[in-house]
Amino acid sequence: MLLKLAMRNIWRNKRRTIITATSIFIAVFAAVSVESLKRGVWDNMINGVVNGYTGFVQVHQKGYWEERSIDQAFSFDESFQNLDQKVSNIKAVIPRIESFVLASHKEETKGGLLVGIDPTKENNLTKLADKLIEGAYLEAEDNAVLLAEGLAEELELTIGDSIVFISQGYRATNADGIYKVKGILEFKSPDQNRKMVYMPLKCAQDLFALNEDGQNLVTALAFKINDKNHIPKIVETLKADLDTETEYDVMTWEEMLPELTQTRELDEGGSKVSQFILYLIITFGIFGTVLMMTKERVYEFGVLLSIGMKRTQLTISIWLEIVLIGFLGTLVGILGGYGLVYYLYNNPIKLTGEIATIYEDYGINPILITSLDFDIFLKQALTVFIITSLLALYPLLKIRRLKPVEAMRS
Amino acid sequence: MSNNNNKTVITTKGVTKVYNPKTIPVHALDGVDLEIKAGEFTAIVGPSGSGKTTLLNAIGGLDRPTEGSIEIAGVDIATLSDGKMIEFRRNNIGFVFQAYNLIPVLTAKENVEFVMLLQGKKKAAMDSRTKELLESVGLGDKMNNRPAQLSGGQQQRVAVARALASKPQFVLADEPTANLDSKSTANLLDIMARLNKEENITFIFSTHDQRVIDRARRVVTLVDGKVFSDEYK
Repeated sequence: MLLKLAMRNIWRNKRRTIITATSIFIAVFAAVSVESLKRGVWDNMINGVVNGYTGFVQVHQKGYWEERSIDQAFSFDESFQNLDQKVSNIKAVIPRIESFVLASHKEETKGGLLVGIDPTKENNLTKLADKLIEGAYLEAEDNAVLLAEGLAEELELTIGDSIVFISQGYRATNADGIYKVKGILEFKSPDQNRKMVYMPLKCAQDLFALNEDGQNLVTALAFKINDKNHIPKIVETLKADLDTETEYDVMTWEEMLPELTQTRELDEGGSKVSQFILYLIITFGIFGTVLMMTKERVYEFGVLLSIGMKRTQLTISIWLEIVLIGFLGTLVGILGGYGLVYYLYNNPIKLTGEIATIYEDYGINPILITSLDFDIFLKQALTVFIITSLLALYPLLKIRRLKPVEAMRS
Repeated sequence: MSNNNNKTVITTKGVTKVYNPKTIPVHALDGVDLEIKAGEFTAIVGPSGSGKTTLLNAIGGLDRPTEGSIEIAGVDIATLSDGKMIEFRRNNIGFVFQAYNLIPVLTAKENVEFVMLLQGKKKAAMDSRTKELLESVGLGDKMNNRPAQLSGGQQQRVAVARALASKPQFVLADEPTANLDSKSTANLLDIMARLNKEENITFIFSTHDQRVIDRARRVVTLVDGKVFSDEYK
């Protein structure tokens, strides 16, 4: 009965209901669309950056990420090699050896970051072969390297030239070797373009003495994951499987790239402020309606109390009325917002000109795409529900103090 | 003639109501003693400001007297809490207001059912009582009409049916004919008189309307908040 009364009262003053529901619709529609676009753009950016090198999850020996010492290598044994079969949603395990080297050619010497890779697996994650601008991509058995374009220029190297590396090997051994340049890579990031060197994993293990007793040591394992929503479960499984107390670290992209996370948080902080302002305006809009509705119906409330309706029953009926209007506006706002967001998800806005070049330079798809993450819609629905529920307290307080005779005199 | 064989349903003793007691006190009621028995058809009359509505509000538990006691069916309503008072009103007192005060979004049938719903009555019992009441006020064919689709007289008849729905001890009607034309007034009074006679329902009106006064069997006249006269016809 209370629900019926609330529903009928909603349509009693159609114009008021439509105005209130429309204002809620606009707020929810705007909030959902903006939030979804912002998240979609960030996700696209993160996918580009993360899949360009680190991957979403990595495993290292404990403390490696801070020290980056070759001594913190660990055995890439069968248990690690089969992780893509053992842990669901890991699509590939990509082993790496990373170490800083001095690279020399003729009179020139430069510092570089040497990465030992499984060429096929690495290409599966980072699309390294796409960055090749000269020469050929690596084979697993090659005794050759791929050089970043900037480093090659500084050392005056071309395809077929020899390059010498000097570094520290595993457990204080000397690491030095001479390799042919098989290909030149172009990185859009100036930092990567100045320092990156790739060689096959086996070759790197020989250079750094990481396979002396057939230990098959690596410094990092990156994982190819198709959906970042699976990250928490994957991390949980890995942490349960591995000894993370003393031996290994399981790190997510957020831990490996804290500056990216912080930039996103900063941006999200800004958007929270604008969302807060948007909802503040809407709150006052709805409050105006609630105030008007309460004033208009004080007499009616008095009558209902007179004929024996309990204050709690009247309160519930009015609360339902306001919340139902909020629900109506939210539902339409979410449906409308979802329609736009869904369209933009399937038909993202393609960026052109200089901005597109900048995106591409950092390995990011130059599009503005939305996100269909369910929690975006849920959050907006909850926000409006909380706002309307709080605003509904006003008539409730009024009803609590209402004296029937005074109300009917009004 | 009074219904002396019937039990007393309302007893007021020294009922006083003072508005603005701390600033400019206005004595709306000044020591009203009254006893109303079951089955009476009483009109409370008097000039404007004499305290008619205040007395009705006090008897109906809508307003509390400053002094004195009001006993209804053995219960001193001044001692009831707000929640208990609402419950008491719902189960013991029927109200008919000058402006009908039906719930505009409910049909005639739903308006009558409303109080029974609040009482927690079963659907079958509600249906039969609603039908019986609306037929008794001549609106059996208007059950599904909303208030806006009914004339003033019809709305007031629905209000009477609603007031009787909870099977109250008595019905308080505050100027029930003030907004009605002669025909509707006569019709309404006929219905209430019939219900009073045939079903022994106690009616107490506050009124200025001579047509109502003429039909009343007891007339209590208030002047300046005091009972000036109390006559049985």
